[in-house]
Amino acid sequence: MSDVKFISPDTLEQAVDVYSKSSKEGKTKILAGGTDLLVQIRSGISQPDTIIDIKNIKELKEISNDNGSYTIGAAVAGAVLEEEKNFGNNWPGVLEALRLIGSEQIQGRASLGGNLCNASPAGDSVPALIASGATVKVHGPEGERDMPIESFHSGPGKTNLKNGEIVVNFQFPKKQKNSGDAYLRMIPRTEMDIAVVGCAVNVTIENDKCVDARVALGAVAPKALLVEDASKALIGSNFEKEAVEKAALACEAACNPIDDKRGTISYRKKVSKVLFKRALEKAIERAKKG
Amino acid sequence: MNEMDNKWIGKNTIRPDGADKVTGRAEYGADTIMPGMIWGKVLRSPYPHATIKSINTKKAEELDGVFSVATSSDCVDFPVDTPVILGIQDIRWMARNVLAKEKVLFHGHPIAAVAAMTEEIAEKACELIEVDYDVHPWAIEIDDAIKPDAPILHDFIKFDGKPSNIAGTLEHKKGNIEEGFKDADIIIEKEFETAAVHQGYLETHACLVSVSPDDRTTIWSSSQGQFMVRAMTSFITGIPQSSIRAIPAEIGGGFGGKTIVYLEPVATILSKKSGRPVKMVMTREEVMRASGPTSGSKSKVKIGAKNNGKITAAQGTFYLQAGAFPGAPIRGAAGCCLAPYDIPNAHTFGYDVVSNRSKVAAYRAPGAPIGAYAVECVLDEVAEALNMCPLEFRLKNAAKEGTKAVHGPTYPVMGYVETLEACLSHPHYKAPLKKLQGRGYASGFWFNAGGESSAQVNITEDGNVVVTTGHPDIGGSRASIANITAELLGIDVNRVSVLIGDTATIGFSNLTGGSRVLFASALVVTESTNQVIDILKDRASKIWNIDKEAIEWENGEARPAGDNAGKFKPLTLVELAEQATPTGGPIGAGHQVNTVGAEGGFATHICDVEVDIELGIARVIRYTAAQDVGKAIHPAYVEGQLQGGVVQGIGWALNEEYIYNKDGKLDNPGFLDYRIPVCSDLPMIDTILVEVPNPQHPQGVRGVGEVPIVPPLSAIANAIYDAIGTRFYSLPMSPPKVLEKISD
Repeated sequence: MSDVKFISPDTLEQAVDVYSKSSKEGKTKILAGGTDLLVQIRSGISQPDTIIDIKNIKELKEISNDNGSYTIGAAVAGAVLEEEKNFGNNWPGVLEALRLIGSEQIQGRASLGGNLCNASPAGDSVPALIASGATVKVHGPEGERDMPIESFHSGPGKTNLKNGEIVVNFQFPKKQKNSGDAYLRMIPRTEMDIAVVGCAVNVTIENDKCVDARVALGAVAPKALLVEDASKALIGSNFEKEAVEKAALACEAACNPIDDKRGTISYRKKVSKVLFKRALEKAIERAKKG
Repeated sequence: MNEMDNKWIGKNTIRPDGADKVTGRAEYGADTIMPGMIWGKVLRSPYPHATIKSINTKKAEELDGVFSVATSSDCVDFPVDTPVILGIQDIRWMARNVLAKEKVLFHGHPIAAVAAMTEEIAEKACELIEVDYDVHPWAIEIDDAIKPDAPILHDFIKFDGKPSNIAGTLEHKKGNIEEGFKDADIIIEKEFETAAVHQGYLETHACLVSVSPDDRTTIWSSSQGQFMVRAMTSFITGIPQSSIRAIPAEIGGGFGGKTIVYLEPVATILSKKSGRPVKMVMTREEVMRASGPTSGSKSKVKIGAKNNGKITAAQGTFYLQAGAFPGAPIRGAAGCCLAPYDIPNAHTFGYDVVSNRSKVAAYRAPGAPIGAYAVECVLDEVAEALNMCPLEFRLKNAAKEGTKAVHGPTYPVMGYVETLEACLSHPHYKAPLKKLQGRGYASGFWFNAGGESSAQVNITEDGNVVVTTGHPDIGGSRASIANITAELLGIDVNRVSVLIGDTATIGFSNLTGGSRVLFASALVVTESTNQVIDILKDRASKIWNIDKEAIEWENGEARPAGDNAGKFKPLTLVELAEQATPTGGPIGAGHQVNTVGAEGGFATHICDVEVDIELGIARVIRYTAAQDVGKAIHPAYVEGQLQGGVVQGIGWALNEEYIYNKDGKLDNPGFLDYRIPVCSDLPMIDTILVEVPNPQHPQGVRGVGEVPIVPPLSAIANAIYDAIGTRFYSLPMSPPKVLEKISD
């Protein structure tokens, strides 16, 4: 531990420069809130020789709203985003997912970018980000690029970031009129727990008809999933029982979970249907309110 | 003592340890530091079962910054065939649990320890220790440990003449069980399983030990008994008890799990070999892997009753995991399970089963929740079959004063019936339930205990009081002792200071466990205080020059007993203290005795649950615990004990479990995946303090700390059945298990 180099650059360019030069051995870690990294270091899972603290980089801490389109810095903490009142009105599902991570103390540090890059299949904010249709901007030695959230991960703990790339911010589409999103997770306790199944739903309604829908699942596969068959089942429907059931079955079919100490395959499959229906109900209620 | 006149007993006085704890001043096990202190770390077994062929510590010793290395060869040798009993522990096993000798018997079993400049160096040095193992097949679960071809942990343990993992048995018999079942109109027999669960104390094990060149040893550590720490460390290191001073820290939870040692003897050896003070602090993972837990179990219970609701016979067989060394709490399971009932014919039998798990430690009413879980669930089924209210059914069969208990004693005055009546008349009993909500009931018993205690009561020069006792305060004993002392002396409670002495400053006191401490320490404090009052009267008699017998002590002052005694202005405690020197010297008295007269405690609980049948989640939405507490000396603390016990029972029932992977390793050694309830999981736990004073105690005290964890397991299982019509026979009733059974 005493030999770790700690760098706290002020600009993205500096950070990328250091990261791209030193990350080849996988010994350099990016530090945002540190709520995952510090635990990993203490338990010996991660033994970095260099830590790059990105909290001094302006873009990563910024929240902006361009005519209804939000851009949220990768290192913005959950408690900070909570205070940005209008964001929660636009994307209540994303905010509630982010706010489920850890305790109140952890919320002062935990960020969307950290949750995404930790790449746990059970990360709470990831399904909500996928359902929102947000994209993530990354900056690397070869410049900037945008990626849809659903293609960010390649497996448990693994991302499609290239060497030296750092997550900068999240860009949310302009919220459609009469749309709403919601995130629910199943945990054995009521808080301070990790999702056994997570489900996010984002729907847009016009004249009682579903005109757009995005459904995402967490903790049921090596990475969070966009369930396109569920979207297809919903779009064009009046959320009638058959359509909802078809979408629920699509969720169940999309699951590719494992048996582990947190839940069985059969449990996760059953619960994915239940959570989808409950999250959908919540999303519809929000959509109808505007 | 007339209750109406009590000024302090029964009052929620401010706890003496409160200010220090809320301002962070209280010193816990890991808070002590010393100049020149170094750090100890433990090398632990990577295998669940292996013979240690050799240990080579040379490379570790040569690492820069390393001061000393300890292995079992540094410990006193206790041959495996000779018991060395200390309380309920056997030092043969304790020594081998602290540092493995012939074999490693569970994943995480300590093999060696290193003391170095820093924890990091000590850890690195542990990795340099070379251990040559002969790895054996292992057995984790009870069925795997007792099957005919099971891997045998200890060759010398025999059962039915053959090497076995059944290390002991215990049985209780009453009447004629066959006749009893013949008399029954209805018989129900069921099998149950419970998972191993950890005490979950927040503070991990920690100590600092300094051994001088002449072997004089000082131990600062958090435990449930400084005298236990001294004795066990003395046995294992060979340093005489007179040379060891064990100083108790404040304790961040123990629940029975700190009634044995893990680190203190190791740190003592490391300090002795290095000449430096050695500090050791376990990580949470080490705590989960290698300390505690209490037994997992399997059991079978059969109960027969007449149509009129009278139980004619009951039979219970309990297999309890002991972990790597003998000593499962079968007495608690087989002894307590039928204790609330007057049953003419009964037979209970317990098996102590060793397997490749960490050695179990005491956990709040050890074994009793396991026994009660099976019995109280079957009773619920019998009551249902008889179409009787579960509480009325229990009332009909309740043990009373004079009942001969299945586990032996004939009960004196006791308050079990009163707990049932309190529940029947509580609003909770009749509160309406909604769909998918259900209500369950269960009772429970714990023996409680007396044992050795010492106290010293001293009057300070300014006329205040310092009381010293010898047991760590884990449940409010200091506040309660302050109440009692103030009451006896007739002074303000704030003039009484209560301290926990170390092994050099107070006489031998047995550990904090068995719900014994307030019972026992109140006895010795009462005797000491009465002696002090006698001395005070004697001093007044000298000042007034009248007979001591003509003086009474009231409201904190000595008074002439009547007009015949003479007319004198009363002498207050302060005035008598001022004149202590000319009247005979310091005023104080101590008492030490093996206390007797502890009586058991009974409880009845009502639990409401709501079940989310789509997710399999059962949530406790209302809970009422009624308990015969004897006399609540400090009611808020008593209430806290009841609530804490219930909460731990809720965790045990719903989510807590030791999960082992296919390699025989614990798979959830942390608080994320070992799920203790969090506050938002719990309703307010209502308590009903039933007070049937123990006639054998000056204040009527009964132990209260353990009974409340006994009923919840079955109360919750019975409530879930009431909610959804499905009975569960296996704990925990976690969401995947519940949903799977509902879906079937």
